[in-house]
Amino acid sequence: MQNKIIHWFKYGSPQSFYPLAGKMLPWFVVLAVAFGLAGLWLGFFVAPTDAVQGEGYRIIFIHVPASWMSMFLYLIMAFWAGLGLALNTRLSSMMASAVAPTGALMAFISLWTGALWGKPMWGTWWVWDARLTSELILLFLYLGFMALQAAIDEPRRADKAGAILALVGVVNVPIIYFSVKWWNTLHQGASVSMSKSPSMAVTMLWGMLVMALCFWMYSIAVALVRVRAIILERERTTEWVKHAVE
Amino acid sequence: MSAIDAVVTPMPAATSPAALGTLGVLVAVVRRDLLLALRRKSEVLTSLFFFVIVVSLFPLGIGPEMALLRIIAPGVLWVAALLAAMLSLSRLFAADHADGTLEQMLLSPAPLGLLVTGKIISHWLVAGLPLVLIAPLLGLQYDLAPRALGVLVLSLLIGTPLLSLIGAIGAALTLGVRGGGVLLSLLTLPLYIPALIFGAGAVEADISGLGAAGHLSLLAALLALAGFFAPWATTAALRIALE
Amino acid sequence: MQWNSVGEFFAMGGYALYVWGSFGVTALALAIEPFLLRKRQNDVLDSLRRERSADERQRNPS
Repeated sequence: MQNKIIHWFKYGSPQSFYPLAGKMLPWFVVLAVAFGLAGLWLGFFVAPTDAVQGEGYRIIFIHVPASWMSMFLYLIMAFWAGLGLALNTRLSSMMASAVAPTGALMAFISLWTGALWGKPMWGTWWVWDARLTSELILLFLYLGFMALQAAIDEPRRADKAGAILALVGVVNVPIIYFSVKWWNTLHQGASVSMSKSPSMAVTMLWGMLVMALCFWMYSIAVALVRVRAIILERERTTEWVKHAVE
Repeated sequence: MSAIDAVVTPMPAATSPAALGTLGVLVAVVRRDLLLALRRKSEVLTSLFFFVIVVSLFPLGIGPEMALLRIIAPGVLWVAALLAAMLSLSRLFAADHADGTLEQMLLSPAPLGLLVTGKIISHWLVAGLPLVLIAPLLGLQYDLAPRALGVLVLSLLIGTPLLSLIGAIGAALTLGVRGGGVLLSLLTLPLYIPALIFGAGAVEADISGLGAAGHLSLLAALLALAGFFAPWATTAALRIALE
Repeated sequence: MQWNSVGEFFAMGGYALYVWGSFGVTALALAIEPFLLRKRQNDVLDSLRRERSADERQRNPS
């Protein structure tokens, strides 16, 4: 028991996590590529043509996983940021900062693919339905977090301020989602809904799940790369970093 | 804010908070802020005029057709109030930060959360309440019915304190940060969206005959939630900003 | 397999613009992000190397 606890906190410092992240990285890249290829194969060659939406529905194999990841990554970001605030650990805050841009990218991909899916199906490039609107607001929350951290020069203050913002954000996300849903159902004029997905053939569901795994592995890999860069940047005055460069 | 103003107006810490009690401290903070605000009336009036001007911009942009204006009225009036409230947020802590009063508040034996709550209350009195009071006049520009005007006032009465509470968190987070004002807007506006939806929605619900009770209750619930959590988050953010 | 020809695959039943617009932009984004990160990593390492040689030159002025 004693050994297990020590083992866990051993990787809590930037210095010991840097090489660990480097070793884990290739595995996640491999997994991302593998899941990606499998997901694309399922999405293009196994999943049948949809009765109503033809081939156009295949966008869901990107749109839905990207949406899931954008929400999941926000929780992860808030978790690490909160941990960094509570335990006063630098590395946790660095992880939060590492995750944010990828989460924002996932939100953007979700919105972009949502627009491209909506145009042929419902005639307009943008639809103010509950999910797309909530996704847009989530993107704003990500951008706010990144902007706040970018604007504060002193790294520890940036970490902690970002953490407060992320925690306030995470509490607000359900409130925002609920209020947007409320707003949407009351204004029945916008009767189109992205939630009305095609009746899911099993293969379609599998395709989405595998692509979601692909995005998840990708996000972890990218976060590890980014946190390594952040570690080097922020720990540049330490001895181990100076020696790591030879 | 002139240094003389701040020196001449004593902080609650100057009289023992223990002697004042919780309510006394709150009243002292509010009194001081109101006194300072009254000496800078222009600051008070700018957000009010902003509200009025923005509300006038929409018909100029969209056209004077009353039928259309009646439809967009709740949304326009609420967005304008929201923006006006947000503009005044950077002033919430900036002046006290500049002259060192904020550091004194941190050192004061009175709980920082209490002092912060006092500042938020006075911010609302100075920047939020005037919007509530002038809203009926502006609602008339959009030909809102008397009962809808009443709902508008009520929704703003519940909503503007909510906006002050949420905005205080953003103001504390961006204290002294470069690009502060715009950054503050970027952080705060997404958090304002539920208030906007329920506030404007209340007026719309009244106009369409569905009744504003549901929206107003939800808005009040948000206010209660924020009243509980926002001073806490604001205090944490202030400590981070000042350490 | 439901595609009778490569042409059919690319045409996506008329939805080519939307489907390939989505997959294309996503692929682009998922390629640009790691590329920018590699650049960031290299920039940090370069600047650290420059600091090291500046330190060494300072210590051994020869």
